[in-house]
Formats: sequence, structure tokens, C-alpha cells
Amino acid sequence: MGTGSDMYRQQILDHYKSPRNYGELEDPDFSHTGENPSCGDTIQMDVKLDEDNEEIEYVSFTGDGCAISQASASMLSERLVGMTLAELEDLETDDITDMLGVTISPMRIPCAVLGNQVAKDGAKIYQGELDPEDYGETITEE
Amino acid sequence: MSTQDAYPIDVEAIRADFPVLDRNVGGDVTTPGEGEDDTEPLVYLDNAATSQTPKAVVDSIVDYYYSYNANVHRGIHQLSQEASVAYEEAHDTVADFIGADGREEIIFTKNTTEAMNLVAYAWGLAELGEGDSVVTTQMEHHASLVTWQQICKRTGAELRFIEIDDEGRLDMEHAAELIDDSTEMVSLVHISNALGTINPVEKITEMAHEVDAYSFVDGAQSVPTRPVDVGEIDADFLAFSSHKMLGPTGIGVLYGKEHLLESMQPYLYGGDMIRKVTYEDSTWEDLPWKFEAGTPSIAQAIALDAAIEYLEDIGMANVQAHEELLAEYAYDQLNRYDDVTIYGPPGDDRGGLVGFNVDGVHAHDLSSILNDFAVAIRAGDHCTQPLHDTLGAAASARASFYVYNTREEIDALVEAVDDARQLFA
Repeated sequence: MGTGSDMYRQQILDHYKSPRNYGELEDPDFSHTGENPSCGDTIQMDVKLDEDNEEIEYVSFTGDGCAISQASASMLSERLVGMTLAELEDLETDDITDMLGVTISPMRIPCAVLGNQVAKDGAKIYQGELDPEDYGETITEE
Repeated sequence: MSTQDAYPIDVEAIRADFPVLDRNVGGDVTTPGEGEDDTEPLVYLDNAATSQTPKAVVDSIVDYYYSYNANVHRGIHQLSQEASVAYEEAHDTVADFIGADGREEIIFTKNTTEAMNLVAYAWGLAELGEGDSVVTTQMEHHASLVTWQQICKRTGAELRFIEIDDEGRLDMEHAAELIDDSTEMVSLVHISNALGTINPVEKITEMAHEVDAYSFVDGAQSVPTRPVDVGEIDADFLAFSSHKMLGPTGIGVLYGKEHLLESMQPYLYGGDMIRKVTYEDSTWEDLPWKFEAGTPSIAQAIALDAAIEYLEDIGMANVQAHEELLAEYAYDQLNRYDDVTIYGPPGDDRGGLVGFNVDGVHAHDLSSILNDFAVAIRAGDHCTQPLHDTLGAAASARASFYVYNTREEIDALVEAVDDARQLFA
């Protein structure tokens, strides 16, 4: 039978079971939520910027859902610290799958990118580039 | 052969009729079909979503396209006549299969969903209004639930849901409360695609008739897996899909009692459904053609005929016995684990599917891990989101069985589930 589960290497299971930076920030510069309806995954990302409002200083997240979505948000919460908002905007799907270090099947890409999309949309709303009326919540779909 | 090995049907011979069951999986999914990196034998346990197709059914499609492809009911030429006869006779085959009185009661649609919509639009919009009620159940597929929900919104009728008990069975006392003089339609699923519950459709139909309401039975999971006789149920409408019973996609069936279908106006207008057209007005063709506007799915109808012939060769009572055997075996194997929650009734009283969750493992993670073991199951809400809200689960995993499945395949499923349990423990 199968050789085990390639998509669930130790790192992903570790982040899923022991999520990093889990919780809400007290006074985030921006906070945004999102959902992946296919798995029912939800993620909230809270971001605190440095005094110049350019570089990400703290990130925390809360959420519920599949291992891929939650582990990806957990890993991202570490990865984003020290990045500028411009660098966040440049994070693509490939960067996320590279970060996860496994091959994500096409059906599971919306799970993998949920945290990233939530952070990016939150940053754009914060910068006035997206209307929060239209982007009350980020949705990732296939 | 020991009793343990005995099946009610010749599974080995049946498997030989399904080429796809020989394929390996596990590799790149962006190129369809078996590739070099596909190395694990497929275990296909997603039959409640769609069944596989035997050679005889594919052959019937090839035969149609290679030797008598033509539009139906149009041409005087020989090919059109041959195609028309085969297309019309497919209605007779379906009528015999479910105990209908004749082809007049058999309307070919795109699928079960379209059959539901046909009745909802053609009957519901015309007949429902303020003060009326439609009674359905908490375990309906979206095909039924969303359709009646929206039709009720448009007509002002009230939509009522019969609740389920802890074992996923209908609360019949609640049903008796809900079905009252305001009720015009009772629409319920015969076998739940998420729970495996077999609903007492005869009893509910009787309750509907006592208050002069009609009954609509969603047979998507029952007609493929057991003998279903519309006369015995006395259902006014029944719907099912070809692709869940060894046939192709693109064709489904609406059964309706002839006098009801006669009284209903067409749902789709166009060619093939009219008798006489002037610039001012039109009259309709006889049943069932009145409800089959436009060029129909001809090859698919002929292939559905072939699929029914294949199932009847096995015998529907035997199909049911095999389904029950596998469902009980899978239920018992999965039920050994304390951290596995199985939804619906006990193993000895369910349709051929098992819906479940493993504590701490999201159903989609479970499905991905099972896929690594070459085991194909469905994970998600199975088009029953409100039911999953009632169950308190965002999603569930579902293994569903058919005539070609074996105990060994269920063992492979259970081994993979056990692997997932340990991985996430």
C-alpha cells in the first residue's frame, strides 16, 4: 500500500498540533478574517507593524480547520515577522508551497494559501487599497 | 471457499467488466489517465458520488455513435428512425425497472437535480402559495433542499423539516406533526447520501396522501442499490441519476404519475416538445416528450438502458444484499476505533455507505491521506450543509460501495484510516 503521507510531513503536523503565535493581538494595526468554504477552514490574522508602519513586527492568528490551512497560517506567522508590507504583497502561492515544503494537491491549494491571502487582503485594506465593505472577509476557492 | 469469502454476487467476474478498476494511481493528477508514476492499485469507494462504467455500457455508446448516430423524432431516414426507436425504448426499460405503468411516466432529465427542479417549477410555482406548506427532512441533499427552499420563498409557502434522531433516523412523531392540512408536497430522500439512513418512504407517502399532499422521493442513492417499485411506494414523483448506477453522466430520470404529469405545464419550451406551433400559440406533444425539450441526451439514454440491463443481470435484490454486506463490514471495522465517529444508523440497517470522522483529523486531511493509500473516498459536506450543522461537523468522510467492491478494499480503507489516526495522534 501507500508509502505514508507525503503531504503530512513532520513539520506540517508539528505546526498543526502546536500552532505558533496562536491567539489575538491586543492592539493590532490590522486584523482580517477569511474562509475556505470547501474545507470550512477559517483564519484570523492579526498584524502589528513597527513605528514606521512598514515592517511587520508581530503576527498572531486564530482559526479552525484542516491541517494544511492551520499549519500554513502558523508557519506564515513566523515567516512574516521582519517583512515589509511590500514584501508581503509579493508572496505568491509558490512561496507558500515552498514554505510548506511538500507538494500540495490542486484541490488543497485554497487551504494552503488561506492565511497568506487573509494577511495580504488585511494589509491592502489597512493601506486603503481595498474597500473593507467589499472585502469584509477573504474567501479562497479552487 | 469459506462463508467469510462468499458474496451474494460474482464480484470477480463483475470486476473484470470494469477496466478502470485495473488502473494504478498515486502520481501526477494534471494529466488524466494512468501514467508511469501511478503505481498503487486503485481502491474506489466513492460510488455514492458516481459509479464506474462497465464495458457493455461504453460499448452501447460506441455502437450508437459508430452505427446509428442521428437526431431523434426528426428524420424520416433510417438512422433517425433507429435512434428514435432506441431512445424511446430506453424509456420503456426504465419504466419496467421501477415498476412504472409505461413510458408516459418516464421523463429524461439531465440528472436528479434537474428532475427536482422540473417538478418544483412546473408544479410548485403553479400550485403553491401563502398558507401552503412543503414538508421535507433535515437530511435532504441540496438538490431537494435548496430547490424547495427557493420555490417556497417565491410562492410564500412554508418549508418544514422533519428532524432526525441520534441514530440519524426520521422522527416519525415529528413527521406526523408537520404533515397537516396545509401540506401540498412531502419531499424526502429515500437513502441519505451522508448518513446511509433508509427512510420509510411508503409510510411517509401514506401520511402525505392522508392530507391530500403529493410525495416526491429522491431515489438518487436507492434506485441504483436496491429494488425500488414506485407502485409499492405509491410515490407521486421519483427522481434518480444514471451516473450512480453504472450509466453515463448527463442523464437522469423523473418518474411522475401520468395524471399529474398531464396536469402540469412544460418546464422547458422548444423543439421536440410541441405538436403545433403558430406565431400566436403552441400546443404540446404527448407525454413524456412534453417535458423533453430540445435534442435530448440520446447516447446517454441508450447507455442507461444498457446499464439497467447489466444491473438486472446481477439482480437488484443481489445488489442490495452485496451493499448491505459491505456496509455492515465497513461499519464494524471502523467502529472498533473509539476515536472514529460514524454517522447514521447501525451497520445492519443502512444503505451501502458509511459516513464518519476521526477525532482531531479534518475530513479533507483524512481524504488526502487515504488518497496517498490509493483509496478514493469523498470528504466534505456531501451537499448536505444544514445536516452537517445539525451533526456539529464541518465535514465528514464517506466511503460508499457498489457491486465491484470487496472486503479487501474495505480493509485497505481501514488500514489507511488507522495510519491517519496515528499520524495525527
